[in-house]
Amino acid sequence: MATSVRATSDGDSTGWRSKLYRLDTKASPYAYIAPFFLCFAAFGLFPLIYTGWLSLNQVELGTGAQWVGFHNYAELWDNQFFWNALRNTFTLGLISTVPQLLMALGLAHLLNYKLRARGFFRVAVLAPYATSIAAASLVFVQLFNPDYGMINQLLGHLGVDPVQWSSSKWPAQIAISSIVTWRWTGYNALIYLAAMQAVSGDLYEAAALDGASRWRQFVSVTIPSIRPTIFFTIIVSTIGATQLFGEPLIYGGNSGSGGSAHQYQTLSLYMYDKGWQVGELGQASAVAWVMLLILLLIGAVQLFVLRNNRRKLGG
Amino acid sequence: MRTSGRTRKTAVIAVAGLAACATLITGCSSDSKDSGSGGGKAAANEKITLHIGDFGSFGYDDKTGAKLFSEYHALHPNITVIEDNVSDSGAYWNSLKLHLTQNSGLDDIQALEIGFIANATQPQYASKFVDFNTVKGFDAGAWLDYKEKEATTSDGKVIGVGTDVGPTAICYRKDLFQQAGLPTDRDAVAALWAGDWGKFVTAGKQFKAHAPAGVAFTDSASGLFNAVLSSQPDQYSDGSGNLVYDTSPGVKTAWDIASTAVQDGLTAKLQQFDANNTWTAAFKTNKFATVACPSWMIGLVATNSGPANQGKWDIAQPPQAGNWGGSFLAVPKSGKHVAEATALAQWLTAAAQEVKVFQKFGNIPSNKAALSDPAVLNTTNAYFPGTPVGKIFTATANDIKPAPIGPNDGVVKDTITQNGLLDMEQRGTSKDKAWSNVQAQVKDKVGDQ
Repeated sequence: MATSVRATSDGDSTGWRSKLYRLDTKASPYAYIAPFFLCFAAFGLFPLIYTGWLSLNQVELGTGAQWVGFHNYAELWDNQFFWNALRNTFTLGLISTVPQLLMALGLAHLLNYKLRARGFFRVAVLAPYATSIAAASLVFVQLFNPDYGMINQLLGHLGVDPVQWSSSKWPAQIAISSIVTWRWTGYNALIYLAAMQAVSGDLYEAAALDGASRWRQFVSVTIPSIRPTIFFTIIVSTIGATQLFGEPLIYGGNSGSGGSAHQYQTLSLYMYDKGWQVGELGQASAVAWVMLLILLLIGAVQLFVLRNNRRKLGG
Repeated sequence: MRTSGRTRKTAVIAVAGLAACATLITGCSSDSKDSGSGGGKAAANEKITLHIGDFGSFGYDDKTGAKLFSEYHALHPNITVIEDNVSDSGAYWNSLKLHLTQNSGLDDIQALEIGFIANATQPQYASKFVDFNTVKGFDAGAWLDYKEKEATTSDGKVIGVGTDVGPTAICYRKDLFQQAGLPTDRDAVAALWAGDWGKFVTAGKQFKAHAPAGVAFTDSASGLFNAVLSSQPDQYSDGSGNLVYDTSPGVKTAWDIASTAVQDGLTAKLQQFDANNTWTAAFKTNKFATVACPSWMIGLVATNSGPANQGKWDIAQPPQAGNWGGSFLAVPKSGKHVAEATALAQWLTAAAQEVKVFQKFGNIPSNKAALSDPAVLNTTNAYFPGTPVGKIFTATANDIKPAPIGPNDGVVKDTITQNGLLDMEQRGTSKDKAWSNVQAQVKDKVGDQ
């Protein structure tokens, strides 16, 4: 009797315990990752869906929504300022991303050498990234001021006429891309450096034995070995470039118009202008969704290239 | 052990309860004070900080203005006033709109510029402001009739009290005029262009012919445009608030004059109130000889040009008198100290204070009693020695014939001055192209009306 009681109670407790154990192994991981997904649902997914809904409505700041279907998108298609902003985003992205990644590769290669005070240089290279966009942009605005900026003064000593760094299209875009490049080069260089350090030393030794120069080693050993990392930085930089906002905003004196002739108005700036300066939240949301679609498209192309590339390498 | 634990617990509960009670009591008492909308009589021991959000220069601060905030603090020792100031009124209004719709980030008092007042009196914004008609001691008749009418909604709420109006004259540099062989006496200078803005451009050409190197005749096409437009009976909108800017003769006149000045190279290609302060710096470095001067501009001329240029500026009557600018003080309903803020706004715009601001800083009063005060009429400004500042501006202030204003005037004005004219000045875009760009942008921003 007593034993049977003990047995049942024992069996009960082990059954309960094992159930709890099973629940623990099954559910706990979900519980651990839940905070992220809850946050994502609240601050990522919901705004995304809500913005999509807004983009199908006519909403003015401070008034209710009115269903208009795809009218906002149709308007964007016919809108010269939208296309202008798209072109600017593309050119700005190109002239900031390409030099930035090339310079980062070179820097990483140099940092990969055994040199004195290597730690110092590695930290120094990351310093611009730690600076706030606002502070960096304000400094560059002063440097590029056409009237009293340091850059025009230096150019003046070389006998070059003052460059209109804000009113002319290309100088303005170059000035803004220099802020972006300055901020992100070091960041990308460190990513490259990490990848380079994972490359086996044997490869270099073998290459050196074969009489390959430093440059040859860089092109034939380093680059192919860190190709996945390069693809990663290209994708991240493209996303960053498509969303370019703070630099041109501050460069234009906090105006969303991006210069007197919109010469550096990016998609984000156009969205900001539409949303907060004009108050047309529906149209601004449509711009936001178009930006998302563009990014997905670019991502798909890059993925396709990456996969193709891998297949080629794999043979 | 046990007992001591329990006593501790009881103590905690008691303290928490007391704190809750205290919060409730103070909450209640401050509520009852608020509802009694009488002039800022909060409990004398309650320390209050009032924030006032504005743009450009209102002439209230201690540094260059009439020290009104300190004076108010002396009268009400428990109230401290802090000014949150930005330079550009357009940027100010954009962020204010956002804060109003979200009911957050608002100051206790928010200034409203005349270019945006018709927008602010639209229902979605007007409902967020205190209606001054419900405030004890408010008399709309104390301000110029057209001034308070501009801050009145279609259903009769008054959302702002008038600070200043902007009778516009021309500030000019005597020394630079002399170097260019032009007269320097203010009557002789006014005679150069009396009655016709076209003559102002002609005078500019004369100036340019003998001007010192690197000095333009006037600061910006936008300043000239605003001055000409402000003297026109038709501006951006018609009587019912619809945009008519592309057929308005007044806008065409101002656009033609300003673009002629650009084509003749008479402007310093600056953007007024730019966030990078290039415009303010140009005052010090003598980049231009004239600037269109609404009364509120003379304070800026003085602060921007600095002590080194004191006495070099003078003020002449403009070709045609106009009203450029002028603002209002409004009180958002959502503020914590609505009653105190309302009292402060009324005090700041009362005759005595508007006289002080004018005497110290130059903003012409919109309060009738202040405008007719001999103290205003006889005011001079130390920065403009010998110039009868009061007489020059009151002469035009009383004759201002207000043009109709509409809710989208500010957007059109910003597009014309910051995009169209600036594009022509800085990038050499042709006049016709610049105008069609302005039309396209206004259409993009305002939509088809």
